[in-house]
Amino acid sequence: MERSGNETDRRLDGNAAGGLLAEAFCVEMTTAVVVCAGCGAEAVVAELLRYGHEMGAILRCAGCDTAVVRIARTGDRLWLDLRGAVNLRVSAAP
Amino acid sequence: MVELETAVVGQPRRLPWLAATVAAKIPETPEATTVLFDVPGWPGHRPGQHVDVRLTAEDGYQAQRSYSIASPPEASQLALTVQRLGDGEVSPYLTDEVRPGDLIELRGPIGGYFTWTVADGGPLLLVAGGSGVAPLMAMVRHRAAAGGGPPATLLYSSRSWDEIIFRDELAGLVVADDGLAVVHTLTRSQPPGWTGYGRRVDAAMLGEVFGPPTAGAVAYACGPTPLVERAATDLLALGYAPDRIRTERFGPSGG
Repeated sequence: MERSGNETDRRLDGNAAGGLLAEAFCVEMTTAVVVCAGCGAEAVVAELLRYGHEMGAILRCAGCDTAVVRIARTGDRLWLDLRGAVNLRVSAAP
Repeated sequence: MVELETAVVGQPRRLPWLAATVAAKIPETPEATTVLFDVPGWPGHRPGQHVDVRLTAEDGYQAQRSYSIASPPEASQLALTVQRLGDGEVSPYLTDEVRPGDLIELRGPIGGYFTWTVADGGPLLLVAGGSGVAPLMAMVRHRAAAGGGPPATLLYSSRSWDEIIFRDELAGLVVADDGLAVVHTLTRSQPPGWTGYGRRVDAAMLGEVFGPPTAGAVAYACGPTPLVERAATDLLALGYAPDRIRTERFGPSGG
């Protein structure tokens, strides 16, 4: 297994962050709705742009590039920074 | 007590890593390979969902990537169709190195947004670019396994004839099913006598292939970011409802 440090080649979208987000929230998160703190746009997490890195991912607003969700893992701890989200709405359906 | 707490909060699930055994490898194109896995404890999935794959090197270094599931829920084995990326960490391992009997770790299914089942209705409009066809193939296979369902049209962009993943299977499905149409566009090279599209997906092509919006129509686009964003923008312009267009940016990145 080779190690490539290339970060720019991993721009995908929030779909790909579903596994990591499920670690933090324990529910399906790609269908959650967020309101961007930068521009007020509403988006489904799956539609955010994902910039992956070795520790986790940054999910950015497709409209204004604000980092809406930052999630990273260090050892056995998950770090979640939601300063870029006004709110986050998760389905509460059973 | 644990059972009671679980009942109260619904279905919390920290997706466990599962041990998956490589059952077979199927070469699809010069650069794409399908790896079939036996996954004891697999909870089932919906077409369009993906898994995280985790590889651990001997020194403990781990690399993790997401791969869409290409097999339908009806299949007994989990199929991941992987495009080999020369400088990738994970894809060359899956396409070149793994052998039947090898164990890898995966977790899933993941994703509730880019999913479709026959119960969701249609017409079903699919736009694929390259290996982005994988989750859409799960939908097409599911639709066939369910005995039909709403009409479905796949517009599939590949670089060349030899790089069309699932080419023969798609042709067979079309022959067997009046409700399924597959339209190819070949962006880099076309075989002699090719009369199909030979350019990147654009608004005119989407309009010709899909026509104007009809009631119930739902569109899924998966592939490289430029194709997906182009398709979403153009479908909106054609009058398709924003909440009926779902997108997944699928590489060629990610390794």
